[in-house]
Amino acid sequence: MEKILKLLEDDATLTCEQIALMLQKEVGEIKDAIKKYEKDGVILGYKTLIDWDKTDREYVSAIIEVKVLPQRDRGFDKIAEKIYNYPEVQSLYLMSSGGFDLALIIEGKTMREVAYFVAQKLAPIESVTATATHFVLRKYKDKGVIYGSCEVDERGNLLI
Amino acid sequence: MIDYGKMLSKTVCEIKPSGIRKFFDILSEMDDVISLTVGQPDFITPWHIRESAIESLEKGKTYYTSNAGMTDLRTEITNYLKRRFNLEYSPKDEVVVTVGGSEAIDIAMRTILEPGDEVILPIPSFVCYEPIAEMIGAKVVHIETKLENKFKITPEELRAAITPKTKMLILPFPNNPTGAILTREELEALAEILRGTNICVLSDEIYAELTYGKRHVSIAELDGMRERTVIASGFSKAYAMTGWRLGYICAPRELAIQMLKVHQFAIMCAPTMSQFAAIEALKNGDDDVEMMRAEYNRRRVFILEGLRKIGIECFEPEGAFYIYPNIAPFGLSSEEFCERLLYEQKCAIVPGTAFGENGDGFARISYAYSVKHLAEALTKIEAFVKSLKK
Repeated sequence: MEKILKLLEDDATLTCEQIALMLQKEVGEIKDAIKKYEKDGVILGYKTLIDWDKTDREYVSAIIEVKVLPQRDRGFDKIAEKIYNYPEVQSLYLMSSGGFDLALIIEGKTMREVAYFVAQKLAPIESVTATATHFVLRKYKDKGVIYGSCEVDERGNLLI
Repeated sequence: MIDYGKMLSKTVCEIKPSGIRKFFDILSEMDDVISLTVGQPDFITPWHIRESAIESLEKGKTYYTSNAGMTDLRTEITNYLKRRFNLEYSPKDEVVVTVGGSEAIDIAMRTILEPGDEVILPIPSFVCYEPIAEMIGAKVVHIETKLENKFKITPEELRAAITPKTKMLILPFPNNPTGAILTREELEALAEILRGTNICVLSDEIYAELTYGKRHVSIAELDGMRERTVIASGFSKAYAMTGWRLGYICAPRELAIQMLKVHQFAIMCAPTMSQFAAIEALKNGDDDVEMMRAEYNRRRVFILEGLRKIGIECFEPEGAFYIYPNIAPFGLSSEEFCERLLYEQKCAIVPGTAFGENGDGFARISYAYSVKHLAEALTKIEAFVKSLKK
């Protein structure tokens, strides 16, 4: 049933009926499998990729490198938890780089908002020793999808 | 006053324009149609393949290549055929790189056939063989493949079609439009009839990479068949490279060197940048083919099950990216069915008659489209057939 995961990873809008057709299974089986994946935390959520640049909404994102002092017994987990609980933080990764420890992606309305988050929330956290903020100027590709393109079928309709 | 009738070749003028021209004319003038008519991949050529062509341009490799195609490409083609289909050809003089599979078919037919010769063609089939035969003056003898035989040709049908004038058998499998394939055993039964004759088999294997479940078997792999077989193939379907116009023939030396003459004087050589791309495709494209095949397979099952669910009888296609449902039970001719589906639901599929006279009662659906697109089309087809039943 891992095929379901691959299908949903590529297109979360597929219905159970459509998946059932593709995998030649009963709809009930697909529903049950998805429910179980959700319950077990294998499927964590469904989101939509939006090119905000094509809307009127103001939007900036930044990648922030964070250097921290790991805590006794808890390593990086405690400090990571403290950071990822901020709703502005979209992603957070522990890195193997020598230069910094955590990398996070943050989204906000304006650069000022992001700068405020770094100065007022992130930097003051005890055990955060340094941060480096890199603003994203343009998103070319995310989650395998190229931004700025639209789907137009330009194939010649020859009788082949 | 100029008399164009006197100027033009009678043979060319007599070639019938496609019978479903009208259908495509209507289609081209309608907006917002959900079309399932396109016979080419919806994938873009993989980037590493495009990149190698770009690099060749950047380096100024804009010359003609040798007539038969670059040595490296011919070598890669023979390596590939050995690796994938257990076929052995000499890159030196048994491969000609052509402008698409279409040119491969054209030079093979023009090299083998003479006026008055007979060429056996299974129908329904891709539309190019018959006009080429007509231009040569050869006579086409049809084998009408049947739903009850899973659209395969049977040994009995082949035996019945052969006459002393038979020069060539065209073997277009995996088949467009039916999606039928021929297994090793089925090919063996045909080969048994052909061995010991001087009949040339033109095996059009353009869809060889797109079979589902079973690997494609070429008739040239069977004992005693390589010497009488011309393989026509290309990069369009397997690597999503339709616009690159690149194909090839592989044939025994005695045939290949004659085909090279036709190619040489008509075409010179295939486009050089496309040849560079093709080398990269063959060297590093196996994973791309696998990915696309898996995706087509998902769609194949989706459309097959979807059509069956709404009460349309369908032969399960095992190759290419078409499905060929039986629409005869709805009591309309193929063209009526497709025209009304187009007008009433704005959904386009191709009448089976486009691919041969025995195509009436069938239609071709291409599933080289996203599942979302296919799902939308299925909804429209369902609404249409429901309205017919009322």
